[in-house]
Amino acid sequence: MAFLSVRNLTKRFSGLTANNDISLDVPEGSLFAVIGPNGAGKTTFFNMVSGFLAPTAGTIEFAGTDVTRMRQDKIAAMGLIRTFQLVQMFQGMSVAENVEVGCHLRTRGGVGSALVRPPWLRRQEAELRAKAHELLGFVGLGAQAKMSAELLPYGQQRLLEVARAMAAEPRLLLLDEPAAGLNAHETDALAAVIQQINARGVTVLLIEHDVGLVTRIAHRIAVLDFGCKIAEGTPDEIKRHPDVIAAYLGTETTDA
Amino acid sequence: MTSRDTIFTRLGRYGYFAVGGAIFFALLFAFVFVRGGYLLTVMQLAMIYGVFCIGLNFFMGYTGQASFGQNAFAALGGYGTAVLCVQFGWEPVFALIASMAIAGIASVIVGYPTLRLRGHYLAMATFALGLITYDISVQWTSVTQGYMGYSGIPPLGIGPFTIEDERMKLVCLMVILLFGLWVSGRLRNSRFGRALRAISTSELGAAALGINVARYKLAAFVIAALYASASGSLFAHVVGFISPEVFGLQMVVVTFTMLYVGGVGTVLGPAVGAIIASLLPEIVRSTGRFQDIAYALALIVMLIYVPKGLSALGGLGRSRVAEPGAGS
Repeated sequence: MAFLSVRNLTKRFSGLTANNDISLDVPEGSLFAVIGPNGAGKTTFFNMVSGFLAPTAGTIEFAGTDVTRMRQDKIAAMGLIRTFQLVQMFQGMSVAENVEVGCHLRTRGGVGSALVRPPWLRRQEAELRAKAHELLGFVGLGAQAKMSAELLPYGQQRLLEVARAMAAEPRLLLLDEPAAGLNAHETDALAAVIQQINARGVTVLLIEHDVGLVTRIAHRIAVLDFGCKIAEGTPDEIKRHPDVIAAYLGTETTDA
Repeated sequence: MTSRDTIFTRLGRYGYFAVGGAIFFALLFAFVFVRGGYLLTVMQLAMIYGVFCIGLNFFMGYTGQASFGQNAFAALGGYGTAVLCVQFGWEPVFALIASMAIAGIASVIVGYPTLRLRGHYLAMATFALGLITYDISVQWTSVTQGYMGYSGIPPLGIGPFTIEDERMKLVCLMVILLFGLWVSGRLRNSRFGRALRAISTSELGAAALGINVARYKLAAFVIAALYASASGSLFAHVVGFISPEVFGLQMVVVTFTMLYVGGVGTVLGPAVGAIIASLLPEIVRSTGRFQDIAYALALIVMLIYVPKGLSALGGLGRSRVAEPGAGS
């Protein structure tokens, strides 16, 4: 049984079939990518897997548990953490605090303990700060820790979102078009970060538009087009797949 | 020397503003104490509204949700304490606490369905809540005595010790306000507070990190209701009289003004706003028949030039995030 197992996933929006009968298996420890042209249904697929959208049909199983239609925060609590294509910064909070929010699932304490501040809570807060510091260093934002998060340039906001997701200690990290809007240099930095996350033992499911990035770092790739999965395989297989070339890569593949 | 160092390093370049603000408020209170009379009443009410605004700030500031109906819970507190003390002869302190408990339970019952709404819809639903409560307080005359209002509510105190002196009342209210601020500050910079503040700008992002958005919103709503109830009870005990008008629309408008003048989402903003917005009418009174215009102008000028609220001026309400090692 695969780590993440999607079976016959379908989503219809009154007449439009955004996802049609998609099945795929993500093995534990892999760096798996889902690619496809704009409007192929990548984000719809992602939203269903992370619980932000209820599927019309099909099942999603994560680490042996059926998570279909489970509430988002419960899915997150199981260790399936996602980022967003449109960066969801917590504005008015510092960069470090954004990462601290990411630690929510791995910390405890409510109103009572916040008022009393028992020793364990103070210890936890110290660990939390250390963890935020470590993760910000990991993505290269150590110097910006005190800045207000919304003041970061776009590319760095994306890195912050990744650091924040890592603070939740995911078992499966879902990255929704993390390279969208990044320049070549920023994309390279991001690719390195994603590979290091995977090397830390976190399974990564990546949705991407940037084929160059994906074929460089992914172990396995699934291709969506018009809501259907048209191919799946290793980067080399995908690059040679005739349907993929026709549907997505087009003539530009020769340059890539 | 070391203590001064820590104050300034902790508040950074805002240190001088912060200390200036503290001196200003200290002088203000000293003046009010010496002067006495009507100003005492103004400041007492400012403290009471301050308590209400701290609660409102949990829901509107930290969590970023709109509620135009928190006055409903102030009414619950006011009438709860009045009925318990006058009809049943309860101790004011216990009546205040019991009313808070009732308001807390009521807010869970009301909040559970209402908080599914967002934005304008939530604002309208909460607004209706305030109007309904107002109508009940007018119509249910056997309990609330309707328009006549409720008088003869005993002052705060425990057993034989009652606080009747106006200056002592103000001191007592100040202590309560400071306690309310302390709670607010501690909660803001905690796991709980961070979850609320995350929700305020991105519910999606918060949910994706495992925060149960509905539960935290409800928690903020309940906390706001507890503060509101406490402020309603305090009004009843301090003034000795309540009527439906006390907890009417006027209260919604006044407290909103206070919250935005002081700084929504900051720790000290609600208290600063409540004091400044309470004193402002007294200051502009000298302009005679132009006082309403002067008051409105002063508010507009403040909102244009200090949009984040007066407490942002001094960085008074700044969270301690700015220094990573602040916990020590």
